[in-house]
Amino acid sequence: MEQNQPLNFFNRGPSPAVRLVFFTLFSLLLLFVDVRYRYLESIRSGLSVLVYPLQRLVTAPSKLWHEVDDFFSSHNSLIRDNAELHHQHTLDVAQLLQLEALKAENQHLRNLLMVQQRADYPMQLAEIMYVERDIFNRKILLDKGAQAKVLAGQVVMDDSGIVGQVTRVYPWMSEVTLITDKDHAVPVQVLRNGLRAVVFGSGDTGELALRYMPISSDIQNGDVLVTSGIDGTYPVGLPVAKVIHVERDPAYPFARILCAPIAGVDKRRQLLILSGLLKLPERPEVTEEIATNKPKNSRRGGR
Amino acid sequence: MSDRILNDQEFQLPVSRIFIAASLFVALLLDWLPWQGIWLALRPDFVALVLLYWCTHKPYHVGISIAWTVGILADVADASLFGQHALAYSVLAFSGIVLHRRILMFNLRQQTLQIFPLLLLAYAVYAAVHWQLRGNISWEYFIGSVVSALLWAPVTILLQTLRRPRAASDQL
Repeated sequence: MEQNQPLNFFNRGPSPAVRLVFFTLFSLLLLFVDVRYRYLESIRSGLSVLVYPLQRLVTAPSKLWHEVDDFFSSHNSLIRDNAELHHQHTLDVAQLLQLEALKAENQHLRNLLMVQQRADYPMQLAEIMYVERDIFNRKILLDKGAQAKVLAGQVVMDDSGIVGQVTRVYPWMSEVTLITDKDHAVPVQVLRNGLRAVVFGSGDTGELALRYMPISSDIQNGDVLVTSGIDGTYPVGLPVAKVIHVERDPAYPFARILCAPIAGVDKRRQLLILSGLLKLPERPEVTEEIATNKPKNSRRGGR
Repeated sequence: MSDRILNDQEFQLPVSRIFIAASLFVALLLDWLPWQGIWLALRPDFVALVLLYWCTHKPYHVGISIAWTVGILADVADASLFGQHALAYSVLAFSGIVLHRRILMFNLRQQTLQIFPLLLLAYAVYAAVHWQLRGNISWEYFIGSVVSALLWAPVTILLQTLRRPRAASDQL
C-alpha cells in the first residue's frame, strides 16, 4: 500500500492543485464581493496609489511624442488655425451676447412662472491618460481625481457632447464609464419635437440604441437627441447622439432605432468634467401598489 | 538556434528572485502601454507569457501565488473586476506547472503549439468571467492569445539569453 505513494523528498508546501483551488475560490469570492458590494473600493484606491506612478511612467513616451509633435506643428497651420479661431470667436461672441439676453429673459419668465432656476455648471478641464484599456470595458482614465475634488457621478463631456460619467475616483485619477458602455442609460429628449426617451449603450463605441420606443413614435433619421435633465444626473440640453437608423417592423412591439454618439472620445485629449451636480428633492416613496405593477421600472433606473 | 539554447541550459546562471521580479515588472509595464485601436485587439499579454515561462522553467520559484498577486495588480491598472486577471493567471500558472516537463521536451516551434491552448484557456477564463457578470463578449479579444503564442519563442530566447553567464564568450 505504501508503494503507491509518491516519494516526497522535499517539503514544497501544498500541491499545485490545492493552491489552484484555494486561489480560484479566493478570486471568485473577490469577484462576487466586487460586483455586489462596494467594500473593495478603498483597497483598490490604495493599490492604485502604488500603480499610478508606473502608469504615468509608461504613458510618458507617447505623451512626449505628442508634445514634440505639437512643437513642430508648422507655422502655416498655426496662422491658419489662429485666423479660423478668431473668426469663430467673433461669431461666438455675437451669439453669446444673444444668449445672455435670452438667459436673462428666460430667468425673468421663469421667475414669473415660479419655476426652479436652471443652474450654471462649473467645469474642470482634464486630460485623458488612457483610452479603452481593456477590450471588454472601454473606460477612460482622466488625470484628475479626488485631489481635484472630482466626485463619482459627475458628467464628462467634450466640446460637442456628452462622453460619459465618472464612476470611480482614485486620489489622482478618475475612471469614466462611456455612454456607449453596455446598458449605460441616459435620459434624452428629441430636439425636434421634445419626445422623451432613454438611450442605452450597446457595448460598441460607435453605437447607441433607443429602446422601448413604440413603432408609431415620431423619430426620423438625423434627429438630434439631447439630455432631458430628468433624473438630475445630467444637466438639460447637452447633445448626446444622432439617430442614424430607424427600423419599424410591425412584428415587434418596439421600433429598432440606432444612434451614433455626437461626442468623439478618440478625437481629443482634453475633456470637461462638470462639477456641481443638480440637487433634486428626494423622490417620494413609491407605494406598494405601483411597485408591484411595474417591478422592472424601479430596477432599471438604478445606473 | 532553438536547439542550441535548449542544449546549453545547464550553463545558465542560477536564477535570482530579483531577475524574476524584474522580468514580471517589465512585462506589466509593457501591458500598461497605452495600446489603442487595432493594436489593442492585437495586444499580446506579456505578463501571461512571462508567467508561463517562469512556471515551466522554474516551477518551484514561481507559482500560483505569485501569478495571483500579479493578476491583482493588473486588475487595478485595467479597472477590471477584482480577481478577473488573478483568476485567469492562476489557472495559467497551474497548467504551466503541471505540464512543465511535457512542454520542455519539445523545441521552441513545437512549444508554441503546446502553450497556445494554455493561453487560450487563460483568455477564455477571463472572457467567461466577464460574460457571466456583464453579459457581453467580444470575440476579437481572443486574437490576443494567438499573438501571445507567436511571441512565445522570442520571449523565451530573450529570457534564456539574459540568464546565460556573461563571460562565457571570453573563456573559450
